[in-house]
Amino acid sequence: MSDKRNITVTVNGNTYEREVDTRTTLVDFLRHDLELTGTHVGCEHGVCGACTVLVDGKSVRSCLMLAVQADEQSILTVEGLALGGQLNILQQCFQDHHSLQCGFCTSGMLMTLTEFLRDHPEPTEQEVQEVLTGNLCRCTGYLPIISATLDAARKMREGSI
Amino acid sequence: MNKKWVGASIKRKEDPAFLKGEGQYLDDIHMLGMLHAAFTRSPHAHAKILSIDKSKAMAVPGVKAVFLYRDLPDIVRQQTLPLLVPHPSIIKTKLPYALVNEEACYVGEPIACVVAENRYIAEDAAQLVEVEYVVLDVANDCLDALESSTHCAHLDMSNNIAAKFQINVGDTDAVFKTAPQVISERFFQHRGGPFFMECRGAIASYDKGADAYTLHVSSQGSHRIKRCMLELFDLSDDQLRVVAPDVGGGFGPKGSYYPEYANVAVAAKVLGCAVKWIEDRRENFLTTHQERDQYWDVELAVNQDAKILGLRGRLVHDNGAYVPWGIVVPWISATTVPGPYVIENFKLDVFSMYTNKIQVTSVRGAGRPQAVFAMERLMDRVAQTLGMDPAEVRRRNFIQPEQMPYNVGIIFRDGRPVTYDSGDYPACQAAALARADYLGFKARQAKAREAGKYLGLGMANAVEATGLGPYEGATVKISTTGKITVYTGAVPQGQSHKTTLAQVAADALNADPKDIQVITGDTALIGLGIGTFAARTAVTAGSSVHLAATDVAQKIKAYGAAMLSCAPEQVSINDGYVVLNSDPQQKKSFREIAVRSVGMPGFSMANGLAPGLETTSYFTPDRSTYSNGTHVVELEVDIHTGSVEILRYTVAHDCGKLINPMVVDGQIVGGIAHGIGNALLEQMVFDDQAQPVSTNFGEYLLPLSTNMPKVDMVHLETPSPLNPLGVKGAGEGGTIPAIAAIISAVENALSPFDVRISHTPISPQDLVELLGEHALGETTL
Repeated sequence: MSDKRNITVTVNGNTYEREVDTRTTLVDFLRHDLELTGTHVGCEHGVCGACTVLVDGKSVRSCLMLAVQADEQSILTVEGLALGGQLNILQQCFQDHHSLQCGFCTSGMLMTLTEFLRDHPEPTEQEVQEVLTGNLCRCTGYLPIISATLDAARKMREGSI
Repeated sequence: MNKKWVGASIKRKEDPAFLKGEGQYLDDIHMLGMLHAAFTRSPHAHAKILSIDKSKAMAVPGVKAVFLYRDLPDIVRQQTLPLLVPHPSIIKTKLPYALVNEEACYVGEPIACVVAENRYIAEDAAQLVEVEYVVLDVANDCLDALESSTHCAHLDMSNNIAAKFQINVGDTDAVFKTAPQVISERFFQHRGGPFFMECRGAIASYDKGADAYTLHVSSQGSHRIKRCMLELFDLSDDQLRVVAPDVGGGFGPKGSYYPEYANVAVAAKVLGCAVKWIEDRRENFLTTHQERDQYWDVELAVNQDAKILGLRGRLVHDNGAYVPWGIVVPWISATTVPGPYVIENFKLDVFSMYTNKIQVTSVRGAGRPQAVFAMERLMDRVAQTLGMDPAEVRRRNFIQPEQMPYNVGIIFRDGRPVTYDSGDYPACQAAALARADYLGFKARQAKAREAGKYLGLGMANAVEATGLGPYEGATVKISTTGKITVYTGAVPQGQSHKTTLAQVAADALNADPKDIQVITGDTALIGLGIGTFAARTAVTAGSSVHLAATDVAQKIKAYGAAMLSCAPEQVSINDGYVVLNSDPQQKKSFREIAVRSVGMPGFSMANGLAPGLETTSYFTPDRSTYSNGTHVVELEVDIHTGSVEILRYTVAHDCGKLINPMVVDGQIVGGIAHGIGNALLEQMVFDDQAQPVSTNFGEYLLPLSTNMPKVDMVHLETPSPLNPLGVKGAGEGGTIPAIAAIISAVENALSPFDVRISHTPISPQDLVELLGEHALGETTL
C-alpha cells in the first residue's frame, strides 16, 4: 500500500533528506519524522490554522499539503522564530498582551502573522482582524492577539528606523 | 523584597515555551516502539450488532491487533465506565462499555480498537472491520422523547426518562392563583460543544515487572481519570500513574472519562508496548461530550410594581445516550434560575432525557447560561408587558448587599443550600450601565433609526457558584537545591495556574514567582486531586497553596533559626534566605537549610524538628462561593440580511480578590467569545435519525476574530469570606450571561417590528424569517 519517495527540505535553515510515504502530510512529516512538534494539528481539514507554516515564504496549511510537495523547498516553522532562544518582537508582544492561554493555536497564529507583518508593516486594526479569520482560537477571544499584532507592527517599524 | 505578588498582572510563566513551540502536548510525546490506535465506530445512532468480522482489518500489513468487546479482559468487559456523580433522582442509569457489546446508542460509539504501526495504517484498517447491524428507531429530540415518541434510546427501557426531580421553594401554585400578572413562554436553547483546539488523546504504557500502567492523557483532571481507571481495571493505587501534559483547551468535556482511554490501556498490556490514540476532528464532533438542548416552559408571576411573586415551570434536558456525570448539568441549570433576584416561590420540574446522541456533560458555563437566558428573557418580558425600563425591573428585584449571606432556599449540586456568601448586585448592574452609557442609548438608537439602522441594547445578570468542593490539594516543597516547587492535582488548560499559583506561594515565601515552579496533573507527585473545572482552582488549589506555603515558611524559619542559633521569631525570609533580623549579614540559604532538613545518616534531628521542607494541604471549602456579573451589549442588526454586529460590550464582574487581573480579563474575554458563539453561531445539527450533520469547522461555526467586539470591563472586588485568599472563580463568568444579553439586544433592536426571540442560537436566517416582510424592505418604520 505504501509508496515512498526521497525528499530534501530545508526547515528553519537546516536541510533534511528523508524517505517518506507519499501520503504523509507535511505536518505529520514535520512533527513525527523531524520531531518538530511546535506545529500543531487542530482540525486536519484546513480550517483552524493551527498547523500554519511558511513554505518558501508563503503561509500554508501543513495538514493540507503532502510532505512530497515540499521537496526542494524551504520551510519556516514556529521553532525558527526565536533568535538565539530569545523571543522575537511578535512573540514578546504575545506574552505582553496575554495573547495565548492554552497555547495550542499559538504557533499557527504566529506564522500567519509573521507573513502578514512582513507584507503589511503598517496594518490597520481591521486588516489584522481579517487576516486572523483564518486561525481559530477558543481561549482568548482574539482581542489580545489583535492588540499584540498592532503593538508588534509598531515596534518593528521603530526598530527598523 | 516584601513585594505582594497576589493582585499583580505579572506576565505568564507558561508563555515562553508555548511561543517557541516547546510546549509538550499529548501528541508531542514520542515513546520508543509506540503503536497507534484508531477506532471503528457506529455509523448509526441506534443499532443492534449482529456480527463483526475483523479478518480483513487484521490482514492489513502493519496492523498489530484488533480488539472487540469480546477481546477485552473480563474485568473491563463485566462493567460499564463509572458513574462519576450518582444521585438518587436518577431512575435508570445507563453507561457505556469500553467497546459496544450488542447495542450502539449514538453515532461514533466505539466498536473496535485497531492498533497498528502508525495512525495511517490504523485508520485504513478501522474502515475494514465489517459490522453487520440492525438499525433501530432513535430517540432524537429530547422533548419528543418525553412527550410523544414511542422510540426508546435503549432497548431495555420503556421510556426515555433518565432522571426527574423537583425544585420547590415556598407555595408557588398559591401565588399564581392570585397573581395580577403572569408571563409565560417556552424557551429552547442549544449550546454546542467545547471545541478545544487540541483534540483528545491518550498514551498508555505498561510495565510488566511492576504490573503497573502509565497513562498520559489530555485531560482536565488526571486524578479523576485515575479513579475511573482504578475502578474499571480493579487496580490498586500504585498500579497506575496518570499524567496530564500541556493541555490545549478543555472547557469541561476534557474532564470526562472516555472509552478510548480504557482501550489504549488494554492494548498496551496485551501488546507490551506504548499505544497512542489521537482523536481527529470528526471524531471530536461525534464523540467528545457536548452540551445540547434544553426546553424551558416557564411562568413568572409579578405584581404591577414588577416585583417577582413566583416562578414555576418545567425543564426538559437532553443528556444524550448515557449519564456519566449523573444529573449535574440540569441540576446546575435548575439551581441557577433565581440568580441575583429575590424569588420566594419557585417550583421547577426537571426531566433529564435519554436520546441517541453523544452524552451531554458540562461545557463552559455548565447549564447556567440556559438558566440565565430563561430568567433574563422573563425579566425583559416583564418590562415589555408593564411598559417599564428593563434595568429598573431588574433593580427592583435584586437581593440587597445587606441580605448577605443570602439563602436562596434550594440545594446546590454540592449538597449544600444555595447560600450566596457575598456580592453587591445592584452596584454591579449600576456600574455596568454607567460604563455602557445606558442613559445615552435611547438617543443613539433614535439617531441610528433616522439613518435606517437598527441598534439594540440588552443586558443580563448572573450569579455563579464557583470554587466547588471537595478540595484541590497542593504540596509545597523546598528541595535540596533550594528551589521551590508547587505540586497540584489541578490541571491547567489555559487558565495560567503555573503563574497564578506561583504568585500565591511567592507571597507566603517572600520569593519571586519566577523562582517557583508549579507542576500540575501528575498523580505520582501528589496523592489526591480532583481537577480543573467549574471555576474552582483559584479557590481550592489557590487556598491550598497558600496554606502549604505558609506552613513551609514556618518550617524553614524554624530550621534557619536553629542554624543561626536564635528563635524563629528573630528571623525572616527574604529572596531565598532566612535572615537574622538584627543582623542581616547573618543568613542561611534555602539550599543550606533544605540540605540540613533532610538529616544525616545516624544523627538525630535537631530541636525536635520534623524532617524535610515540605507540606501538603487540602483546603476543603465548606460550600461554594458565588461570583456575579452584569453584561450590557449594544449591537446593530441589518434587517435585510439578518446579520448582527456587536458594537459595544460592557462587563461588570465580581469574582472577589483578583490574583492576576490580566489573567482574569483574559478568562472573561475568552468566555464572552464562547457566549457569542452560543448566541449567534454554534449549532450542532442532527438529522431526523440523530445523525450529526455538522461535523467540521466549515459546518459548525466557531467565533472568528471578526465576530469580536471591544470589551470594556469593570471589576468589583467583594472578597469571599469562605477562603483565606478571598477569591472566587472566574473561568465561566464571561460566558454565562453573554447569551441572554446578546439576544436581549437583538430583540431590542428589532422592537419596531415586534419580534420576539425565545431560542438560541439565532442565525441570520432565523432573524430574516422572524422579520418576515420587513426584511424584504417592504415595510420600513
